[in-house]
Amino acid sequence: MEPEAAKLIGAGLASIALGGAGIGIGHIFGSYLNGALRNPGAAQGQFANLLLGFALAEATGLFALVIALIILFVF
Amino acid sequence: MAESNAGGVGIDPMHQFEIRRYVELDFLGVDVSFTNSSLWMVIAVALITAFTTLSMSGRALVPGRWQSAAEMTYEFVASMVRDNVGTDGMRYFPFIFTTFMFVLFCNMLGMIPYSFTVTSHIIVTFAMAVLIFLGVTIIGFITHGLGFFKFFVPPGIPAVLLPLLVVIEIISYLTRPISLSVRLFANMLAGHTMLKVFAGFVVLMGIWGVLPLVFMVALTGLEILIAFLQAYVFAILTCIYLNDALHMHH
Repeated sequence: MEPEAAKLIGAGLASIALGGAGIGIGHIFGSYLNGALRNPGAAQGQFANLLLGFALAEATGLFALVIALIILFVF
Repeated sequence: MAESNAGGVGIDPMHQFEIRRYVELDFLGVDVSFTNSSLWMVIAVALITAFTTLSMSGRALVPGRWQSAAEMTYEFVASMVRDNVGTDGMRYFPFIFTTFMFVLFCNMLGMIPYSFTVTSHIIVTFAMAVLIFLGVTIIGFITHGLGFFKFFVPPGIPAVLLPLLVVIEIISYLTRPISLSVRLFANMLAGHTMLKVFAGFVVLMGIWGVLPLVFMVALTGLEILIAFLQAYVFAILTCIYLNDALHMHH
């Protein structure tokens, strides 16, 4: 296999991790809505935690993106 | 963002992140040229200074529009510090406020077309994150002395598991500057690259380019949200690290 092709495949494989980030973000917002509909009074107080959890979950997907970019542009 | 080639073939989504030297400077063999990155940092700092000083110059008892905006940002960060660090953390409020405003303004200025996103470069965010990490660790050692090492020993854990868990705790502590900086940098890099790729679609698809154009408008809104959110997350994680150093955990 040509190294160029292997690089492209590797970058593609690295982006699979974004699926995990998608599950995580969906889970966070789903759980938040679930809790917020059960107890709307407490929802506003947890909004900061929601954003924090969203950012933390999203970051793991972006780490994979960084790996893909490193494979494509650094090697 | 960078100029796009109308031909469509030569669209390079990474071109916008290119560093250009405006004034060549050399300090003891180190390249300290004034670049477009430095220029946009100076613009951000100038805007923050103008925003906070000019809006408060009236000092009205009943605040006007600008003064309310400045007071709101102050109160926003102040309540963040009070909630996450406690009242004794208010000593570090000026630092958190500066960090938040700098990241926020850099992110927001990056949303202006043809501008440059300072925070889309890992070295900028990593320098900030390492500074925060070192500062927080030093604060931890000053407050607790050598007792700060107890931070790495989770309480209520059987002694058999301790060698493993202490190593994991230390590794997770040491990766903080990496995760803090990569989160901000990757969000900015990915967002702006995505905007540029979709902008390329608009050019490539000709008349049907209105479809990605509509999508682009929504994406720009999302990016502005992300720009604020990442500044918020950067500041709140700084608060959480500071709280760990001041009050240890649990």
